[in-house]
Order: sequence, then structure tokens, then C-alpha cells
Amino acid sequence: MSNAVIKIKFFASLREHVGLAEAEVDEGSVDTVLDVWNSATNNMSLPENILMSVNMDYVDNAYAVKAGDEVAFFPPVTGG
Amino acid sequence: MLIEIKDVPFEPYQCLLEYQASAGFAGKFGATAVFVGSMREFNQGDDVEAMLLEHYPGMTEKYLQKISEEAISKWDILDSLIIHRVGEMLPNDPIVLVAVWSAHRAAAFDASRYLMEELKSRAPFWKKEQLSAEQTRWVEKNT
Repeated sequence: MSNAVIKIKFFASLREHVGLAEAEVDEGSVDTVLDVWNSATNNMSLPENILMSVNMDYVDNAYAVKAGDEVAFFPPVTGG
Repeated sequence: MLIEIKDVPFEPYQCLLEYQASAGFAGKFGATAVFVGSMREFNQGDDVEAMLLEHYPGMTEKYLQKISEEAISKWDILDSLIIHRVGEMLPNDPIVLVAVWSAHRAAAFDASRYLMEELKSRAPFWKKEQLSAEQTRWVEKNT
């Protein structure tokens, strides 16, 4: 089933730090955003100031994910 | 209300005039507050030759829309416009235009300030500076 996965995106300096722009994890193997991070990065430590979103809304790392979600991790924003 | 992400240089004052001419509030506004942010040729004590502005397509528009709706609900304003650059840019290039129209000045001033501050803290953009041919660095946080 194609939507039994969670899509993951990394942006900016975090993409370079992790060495990945995008990844996917199996929905059955993760409960929270932190689980998604650990699975996608092979348990790299989560940098303290990192921001995260699910389906393009800010969440914290305990947020529960579900199949079909798009999770993103990125550094503090610097637009404007 | 208009939100626009541009991947090529834009002329903010021309965009402002065009939007104002096409919007439906002619005769209703007594105040227009305009903020234009441009790229400096220096940052944190270093010369900056160029800059790459990255964003999260989809989330960027969602948050610019969200803050625009918040401004309209908080202040008595007629309309707002946000245009933001992404991609490769050079010193002096405009980065962002925020404009707010209202009947009286206080709402336009306050709402435009709100839009800029919220954009800087919530919209997912990231700047990477080119300091020289060999050296780049990510801007770590907004000041």
C-alpha cells in the first residue's frame, strides 16, 4: 500500500548535516515525530533548536504520526 | 489578499502599484504601510557576495496565508500583500515586500509590523550566504 509510509523532508543546514533531502519510513515502525527522526537518521542526536512540522504545521517531537503524513525537519527560519 | 513567492528579481514598488490598481478598495483607504527588505552587502562583520534563499514550498505559502488572515482578524485593515524572493540573489536585490492598506494609519502600521515579525519567525525560509568564491555559511538565526 503506497500510503503506509511517512514521507520525510530535511531542509537547509540540517539537510547537509543529515546528508539527506528526503526519506521514507514505514508507518508501522514509528509512533511519534521523534521516532521518525530516529528511524530516518539512524539515531543521530536531534539538534536542540531544530523545528519540525507534520503536513506543513509546526508540531513538537512527541506529536503522533500516521500513514500518509509528510514530516519535515529544519533549522530556525531566517527569511525576510 | 495576495501571497507570492518569486524565484526571479522583482521590483517591489511596481508590484505595489499594480496590486493596488487591481484591488477592490479604491477610495476606501487612507493609509498604506509598506515595508521592503533588501539584501545587504555585509552581515555579522563580513562582506557577502551573494545569497541563496531556500524555502519549503507549500508550507511557506500556508504560513504567509495564515499570518495574513491573522492580521485581518486582529486589525481593521482592508487588504495586505506579501511578496518574497527565493533562489540566488545579489546585494541590493529586494527580498521581501509587505504592504497593508487601511482607512487610518494605526492599523496599517501595526499590521505591517506584525506581518514582518511573524514572517521572520514562522515562515520556512533559510538564507545561505556566499562570502567568497570558496566560502559559504548558513544564517543561523534571524536578528
